Amino acid sequence: MSILSSLAVMLGAAPPTADPKRQTEAAREMHAFKRTADQRKERAEKLRHERDLARSHKWRNWRWLSIVAVNMIFVLSYQFDVQLVEGALTASRVIGFHFADLNSALQVMLAHKKILINLVIGTVTVFVLWWFLGGRSFCSWACPYHLVAEWAESLHLALRRRKWIKDYELHRGTRAVLYVLFALAAFVTGYTVFEAISPVGILSRAIIYGPGLALIWVAGLLVWEIFVSRRAWCRYICPIGITYAFVGAISPVRIQYDMTECLHEGDCRKVCLVPHVLEMTKMGYADDVKVGIGSDCTRCGLCVDVCPTNSLLFHVKGMDKLL
Amino acid sequence: MSTDDDLPVIAPGKKVKKLTKNQRKARRRFLRSIAVGGGVVGASVLGFFPVTKNWTPRLRPPGAIEEKDFLAACIKCGQCVQVCPVEAILLGDLDEGFGVGVPYIVARDQACDFSCDAVQCVLACPTEALTHKIDKKEQVRMGFARVARPKNCLAVAAKPFKGLARGPDYPGLLRYTEIDRWNPQAVATHEYDRTVCDLCVKECPIPGAINLEPLYEDPSRYGWVPAINKTCVGCGVCEMICPVEPAVIVIEERKTWEDM
Repeated sequence: MSILSSLAVMLGAAPPTADPKRQTEAAREMHAFKRTADQRKERAEKLRHERDLARSHKWRNWRWLSIVAVNMIFVLSYQFDVQLVEGALTASRVIGFHFADLNSALQVMLAHKKILINLVIGTVTVFVLWWFLGGRSFCSWACPYHLVAEWAESLHLALRRRKWIKDYELHRGTRAVLYVLFALAAFVTGYTVFEAISPVGILSRAIIYGPGLALIWVAGLLVWEIFVSRRAWCRYICPIGITYAFVGAISPVRIQYDMTECLHEGDCRKVCLVPHVLEMTKMGYADDVKVGIGSDCTRCGLCVDVCPTNSLLFHVKGMDKLL
Repeated sequence: MSTDDDLPVIAPGKKVKKLTKNQRKARRRFLRSIAVGGGVVGASVLGFFPVTKNWTPRLRPPGAIEEKDFLAACIKCGQCVQVCPVEAILLGDLDEGFGVGVPYIVARDQACDFSCDAVQCVLACPTEALTHKIDKKEQVRMGFARVARPKNCLAVAAKPFKGLARGPDYPGLLRYTEIDRWNPQAVATHEYDRTVCDLCVKECPIPGAINLEPLYEDPSRYGWVPAINKTCVGCGVCEMICPVEPAVIVIEERKTWEDM
């Protein structure tokens, strides 16, 4: 998938459908092979066994550990005054080096209309860090809201299985529109409007400096996600996700799809926060035998854990050439 | 062709296209998105009210730039909170609108006593919301002290003060240079014994910012009133240490000598 098309999908465009004209020779051959009766039968057979597979939670567990660790370093560093990491997720000093959350820094610069040298330093450091790690991996590997939203999501899914609620989806373009609106709001009003409701900043500060009334807003969002709209904040609202998705569009670390063994059963899309990035796992859709997953992917690894055939794996661009 | 795609004629000359199931679903999703998007923007815009109506006027930490710029420049990280040796700095909550996560000080509870000497919060601020243009406590202009309740002042009545300034349960800290130059002490551990109460003058960290002025020319009558001078930086130590409840002196945030 080209970077432009990956960005368009991230901003809300419908993911590209199957188009043999775009596909490589090898991909077309493999699609044709997979459509043969023998192959269909073999996949159906494998799918029957798939039910009995024990699902791994390897990446999810590492990720939860990462989110807890990242946020606890802030707390412990403050409580024991070891000055390893000072500040909160919006801006911090890590062993004396400035770090600034890219979206918070953007809001401040738009509202304040001044280039602040420490903020530029902090932004560059964080940009390089998350560029390498894959942009939205900030969301799934560091953001405290992501973790509580994941727990809310499991409640949502449990209620859905009992058919007590249904998921009211929104248009994914909502997030892009809000991104522009919040940027404009900061620039026009001169206030960091989004920061007032950002559950990431609110939660991060609550964890470090103690809880406050602002947690009511975060709780409200979670209730909405549990009963009305699955993972709504991360999927349709949060501008931080867009900022990091731009950064991660060209990242070396990403999830790679290999269609060779894929059963096309779609379990990966069911667990994914942003299933539109996994559209190529549908039968006949992939443009190449191996495809990198688009910029909206948070590198959370849920699809890697759930995939019965290891068709989705973490991959570092250029690594296979090195090894 | 399904009947959904027919074009029924409702009024003469007016054709209304009937939507397919998927189109109706997409339209509902679209309207829902507008409603939710509007709701989120609306929630954030509510932050205007506490700010523009000045519901929660706040004493900002040393070096805070002009209030509107301060709210814009502050990245709400709390690094100033972490470096303050007397933990004077608090962060704004939901009721402060755009002031969520923005630092402030409640002088009566814990004033900034410059225990750190070189305004650590200013050095910690990554966005110069606390301006790096100041590097000495004398340059700070947080506000200006005002004798708000002279009738209650012990010095005005020429009364002595003996005991703990704020009682045994008061958690506040203050640097008592004569005891320990480097570690602020609990106010609750420090006994005072003054023939006329002058705690505000005695503990003021800024030379010449406050003094007691005699009220009467008649030498047979006694009484003094605290007088605030031009060098006052508005740190709030006088408000914190005042043993009268409520405090005789209060800090007017962001005011200067010229405003008073």
